[in-house]
Amino acid sequence: MTSVREWIYSGRHAVGERWHNAPRWMRWAVIAAVIVFFYALPNREFYQWLGPIPTTGSNFGQVLFTISIYVLLAVGLNIVVGFAGLLDLGYFGFFAVGAYTVAVLTSPSSDLKTLWPWLLALPVALVLTMISGVMLGTPTLRLRGDYLAIVTLGFAEMIRVAATSSEFLKGQRGFNQIPHPPGSYSDGKPIFGVLDPRPYYWLVLTLIILVVIGVRNLNRSRVGRAWISIREDEDAAQLMGVPTFKFKLWAFASGAFIGGLAGALFAGKQNFVSSQNLELLNSIIILAAVILGGSGNIVGAIVGGGLVAYMIERFRGIEFFGVELYEYRFMFFGLVLVVMMIFRPQGLIPNRRRAAEFKDRRKEVIVGG
Amino acid sequence: MGETVQKPTVPEQAGAPAVESTAKREPLLEVDHVTLRFGGVVALNDVNFTLYKGEILGLIGPNGAGKTTCFNAMTGIYQPSEGEIRFRGERITGKKKHHITKMGMARTFQNIRLFPEMTALENIQVGADAHHKTSVLSALFRLPRHRREERDGLEKAERLLEFVGIPHRMHDAARNLSYGEQRRLEIARALATDPVLLCLDEPAAGFNPAEKEELLQLIRKIRDQGITVLLIEHDMRLVMGVTDRIVVLEFGKKIADGLPAEVREDHRVIAAYLGVPDDDAA
Repeated sequence: MTSVREWIYSGRHAVGERWHNAPRWMRWAVIAAVIVFFYALPNREFYQWLGPIPTTGSNFGQVLFTISIYVLLAVGLNIVVGFAGLLDLGYFGFFAVGAYTVAVLTSPSSDLKTLWPWLLALPVALVLTMISGVMLGTPTLRLRGDYLAIVTLGFAEMIRVAATSSEFLKGQRGFNQIPHPPGSYSDGKPIFGVLDPRPYYWLVLTLIILVVIGVRNLNRSRVGRAWISIREDEDAAQLMGVPTFKFKLWAFASGAFIGGLAGALFAGKQNFVSSQNLELLNSIIILAAVILGGSGNIVGAIVGGGLVAYMIERFRGIEFFGVELYEYRFMFFGLVLVVMMIFRPQGLIPNRRRAAEFKDRRKEVIVGG
Repeated sequence: MGETVQKPTVPEQAGAPAVESTAKREPLLEVDHVTLRFGGVVALNDVNFTLYKGEILGLIGPNGAGKTTCFNAMTGIYQPSEGEIRFRGERITGKKKHHITKMGMARTFQNIRLFPEMTALENIQVGADAHHKTSVLSALFRLPRHRREERDGLEKAERLLEFVGIPHRMHDAARNLSYGEQRRLEIARALATDPVLLCLDEPAAGFNPAEKEELLQLIRKIRDQGITVLLIEHDMRLVMGVTDRIVVLEFGKKIADGLPAEVREDHRVIAAYLGVPDDDAA
C-alpha cells in the first residue's frame, strides 16, 4: 500500500514540476489543445474514436452539457470553500435562485406574465443571485466553521421548500416554455433549439473559460490574498488590516454569481424548472466535486466537477447481471470518495499550499502510528 | 500623566539612547484608566500609561500580569470594561480591528500567527494590502489600480524581506521557515502595514543569546526609521538594553513606570519578579 502511495505522490510531483518548469509557450499550447479538444468533443465524427469514453445510455452532447454545468458550479463553489475556506453546504440554492428568476420572468406559466426573452432575464437573475448571496452572507458570515455550514444548509432547504409549497413558484408543476437563448443560423434556424444540445454545451464551455479567467485574476490579486489569509487565520488577517467581513461577503457574492449563471443557463436549455430540480443532494455533489478535484485549485475544481458529473452519467444504460448500474451510481461515487480520502485527501490536483498541509498531517500520522 | 518619577542622574545606560524630558513630547498612545473584566476576573485593573512618539517602551511583568491582554485591548480584540484608549489623539475603543491597523498600529503575536500556507512574500503582501484599495472589480479586469498596487506591494515586500534579513526565503511557504525566520517574517508583515506604532509581543521568546542580539539590532533599526515600538518581553537584559522607558504590570495593575534604571531599582518590581522574603512581606 505504501508503494502505491509513493507512486501516486511521485507521479503527481513529477508532472507538477514539469508543468511549472515548462516554457510559457508550451503551457499555452497545452491549454489551447485542451480547449480545442473540449470544443470538438460533442461531435460524433470526433468522439466515435474515443472508445468507451462517450456515454452509451444517453446522448453524449446532452451529458456534456450536464457536465459543463457541474464544472461551472464547482468553479464557483471553489471560491467559497477552496479560497475563502467558508464551508457552504447550500451552494445549490444559488443555482435555484438563478434558474427560478429566469423562469418567473420568461415563462408563460408564471403569474407575472412578463414573458421576457432569456437574454433580458439573465442579468436580472445574476444580480438577484448576487443579492441573495449578500443577504445570506450578511447575518451568517459572522459565524464560523460548523455553524456556517448548518446555516447555509438551511438556506438551500428554505429555497427548496419555498419552491415546493409557494403558489407563486408553482411547486412540482413548475414553469414550462422557458425561452432559449437567442441567435439563429444563416438559414433562419435557431442555434439554441430543442434537438441539438451541442450549442448549449459550447455556450457553457465558453462561459466557463471566461469565468475561469476572471476567477484567476481575482485569485492573483489583493482579493485572492485576502480570501486565503481568511482561510488560514481569520483573526490574524483582521489584525493585518484585511476587512475580513467585506471579503467574505465578496466570496459569497462571487460564488453566488457563478451559481446563478449556471442556473440561468440550465433553465434556458431545459425549458422547464420545477422544485424537483432542487434536491439537497446537488449541493453535496458539488461540494464533493470540489474536494475530490482539489480544494483551492481552479483546475482541480474543473476536473472534480467534470469527473463527478461524468461518473454519475456514465452508469446510465449499463446493465450488469440484469442490474441497471445507474441505480447504484451513488454507491460507486461514495466508494471513490472513500478511496480518495485514504490515498489522496488533498484532492486530485490540489492547491500547492494545501498539499503541503496534508502532507504534513500524513507525516504526523505515520510518526504517531 | 506626569507620574514618571524623575530621578536626577541615570547611571550607565546599556546602549539605550538617553531620554529627553518627556514634557515636550507628543503622546502617541494613551491607555487611560483601562479596566478589563472577564466575568469575575479582573485582567486589567485601572491601567494607565502613555506612549510617546519615537520611543521604545517596554511592557513587562510576570506571567499572567496582563501584558498580552493589554495588547489585545489596544488592537481591538477586547473592549475595555472601563476607561478608553486613544491612538494619535483619537479614541479607538470600539473601532474595528482593521481600522486600527490602518490608523497605524501593527502587532506581532506571542505564538506566531503567520498564514502558514502562503509564501513569505505573500504574507507580507497581505500586510501591504492594508492600505490598498483594489477590490473585486479592479482585480477582475486587471485595471490600472490593481497593477499599480500590486507592483507597490511586491516592491515593499521585497524590501522588507531584505530589511529583516530573510530575502532568500521569499518563495517558501511560511510554515517551512525556521522558528527565528518566522518571527522575523511576522515583524516584516507587521511593518508592511506602514505602522506608526509597532507592538511586539515577546519577539525574543525561544531565542538564543546571539539571536536576541540580532533582534535587538533589528528593533533599533526599526525605531531609527521613526517607528515607535512597544515591546512585551520577559528577558530583562533585552528589555533593559533596548527600551527608553518601562511600564511594569503585575496582576493586571501597573506597579511601576519609568526609565529602565529606575525600574530596575524599584523594590515593587524586584518583589514581583523575585518574590519577597518572608520577613519583609508584612
